[in-house]
Amino acid sequence: MADDRPRFALQDLEGETRAFPTGRRSLVCFVKEDCQTCNLVAPIVETFHRAYGAVSDILFVGQALQGNRILAERHHLTAPILDDSKCEVSFAWDFEIVPSIYWTDGQGRVQARADGFVREEWRALAAKMAMDLGAEPIDIDWETLPAWRPGCGSKHLDPEINDRLQADATGSPIRARRIEIATSDDVAEFMFDQGFSDGLPLVPPTPERVMRMLAGTPRGAQDLVAVSPPNMGLATVEKIAINAVMAGCKPEYLPVVIAAVEAVCTDEFNIHGVNATTMGASPVIVVNGPIRGRIGMNMKLGALGAGNRANATIGRAVRLVIRNVGGARPGGVDRSTLGNPMKITMCFAEWEEGSPWEPLHVERGFKPEDSVVTVFGMTSGPVQIVDQESREPDQVAGSLGLGLEAVFLPKMHRMQTDTLLVVCPEHVRSLTSQGEYSKARLRRRIQTVTSRPLREMIANEVSGAGIPLAVAAKMDSEKLDAPVPKFAGEENIHIVVAGSEAGKFSAAFHGWVTGEMGSSVVSRKIEWD
Amino acid sequence: MTVTILDPTDERVPIERQITTRPAAITGVVGLLDIAKPRGNVLLDELERLLAARLPGVELRRYRKPTFTKPAPGDLRLKMRSECNFVVEALAD
Repeated sequence: MADDRPRFALQDLEGETRAFPTGRRSLVCFVKEDCQTCNLVAPIVETFHRAYGAVSDILFVGQALQGNRILAERHHLTAPILDDSKCEVSFAWDFEIVPSIYWTDGQGRVQARADGFVREEWRALAAKMAMDLGAEPIDIDWETLPAWRPGCGSKHLDPEINDRLQADATGSPIRARRIEIATSDDVAEFMFDQGFSDGLPLVPPTPERVMRMLAGTPRGAQDLVAVSPPNMGLATVEKIAINAVMAGCKPEYLPVVIAAVEAVCTDEFNIHGVNATTMGASPVIVVNGPIRGRIGMNMKLGALGAGNRANATIGRAVRLVIRNVGGARPGGVDRSTLGNPMKITMCFAEWEEGSPWEPLHVERGFKPEDSVVTVFGMTSGPVQIVDQESREPDQVAGSLGLGLEAVFLPKMHRMQTDTLLVVCPEHVRSLTSQGEYSKARLRRRIQTVTSRPLREMIANEVSGAGIPLAVAAKMDSEKLDAPVPKFAGEENIHIVVAGSEAGKFSAAFHGWVTGEMGSSVVSRKIEWD
Repeated sequence: MTVTILDPTDERVPIERQITTRPAAITGVVGLLDIAKPRGNVLLDELERLLAARLPGVELRRYRKPTFTKPAPGDLRLKMRSECNFVVEALAD
């Protein structure tokens, strides 16, 4: 009970600054005008002031300036009522209820304490004050007062105020540079002017919002998640949280954004090359595991489209981190000839429950109960593959294969590139209508139906792309007649299930260069519990 | 009353870069960096031939990035910095 109370200097209603501790014994009573119990105790504290004000300091600390004026008039207060409308002193004193009352010595050490109104506690407090001051007890008719009245929650605990106070406090986890925007400036316009935006409006990353975002992860704000090319900027949890706020994320999405940023900044994924290539690549983010349901991701109707906040903002947050922390901007290091809308956002969840196959993350070595993010460096998509007629499983698989001929150019085969095939539920039903149809079989079928003789890939009058004539001239007939599949290997074909239960429309994302000199698929477990 | 937001960038203070002063004569070692993009070697071969004819006292050294899609490895950058007085980087395509 003898703890030192934090110092403060606050103004009273006349604008005079009052410092605490005062050097004399003091009674400090935190109040707010709209609290009934505060109105109950105000006349009692005023009585203390009139009796002991000459030998001690009796101070109200009020939590709203206008409320302080009303309290003073309503109860004819002569005791000073100090302005803590910013609630900084209330926050520093760290109580929960008003009225909160502290009886301290001249150095600010607490001698007695009460909150709310419990008559016997207040009676004891009055006796203690009289004893400490060597004064006569005050004549208060305690029996006319209620035995007990609860207080109200202190204003500094209101979420909006508390988040700001947490962000501003000495122990705040916030380290980012603060940017003051004058009220005459439009915040949204200011952020556009600074180049923070992908072209769409941003949510202003105020310290309060960033504090709330940080609550979405158990990780420390200054943990380094990744080093982001091209500027090798340090993507700390705090910087990722700031960009997640701007993107419109909820705090519970933050662990997914963190895992995705970590994944794209690996050497294997090579976000530098993905950004820089004139071909125009961007991460496609697929989420698996229980977190999909927890944060309300869309994996069914319209999964690859608009309308779901988690899908839209997680992908956008990752892109904003790369833009703002990494420094990759179109026209700078991003040299894409055309670009594509995935450079704004592309994130969805796999509908594992609608799939007959192992989900993507389990295929890639994780446990079913893990939540995992997987990133693909893709240049086009989603490109629809339409087949409303096929009923035989191999026909459906065949159509999916033919749909993939468009990757790069139909003429180009044995491509060192990944594809992400999103099979819709109706196509899944047709594939499995006669029993199991494994992913391996589907991959084989895609390679089979796309196989073409090498001679069809020679440059000709229709298209100069493909095998140069001089190179083809050195090949014998046997080699030129050998069938060549679309993809260099079946492992280049990645398969997930998503979409609504109506419609025979699957889709594919087309890749960039796969492997050492390009981008490889990377998965990271999401730490969210 | 202002609105406060937090800086979403890496807070790098922009540094204005100055181009190194051009010396009057080319001496020492001239590095020729191939970034591994197709036909970059064709350009550098021709450049090497011309420079060798024009600057007989200068040593020409060839360097090559493993891939054009990624920044040059730190070791390669250090090697070139310590060995070369001049560097020509060929982009090609």
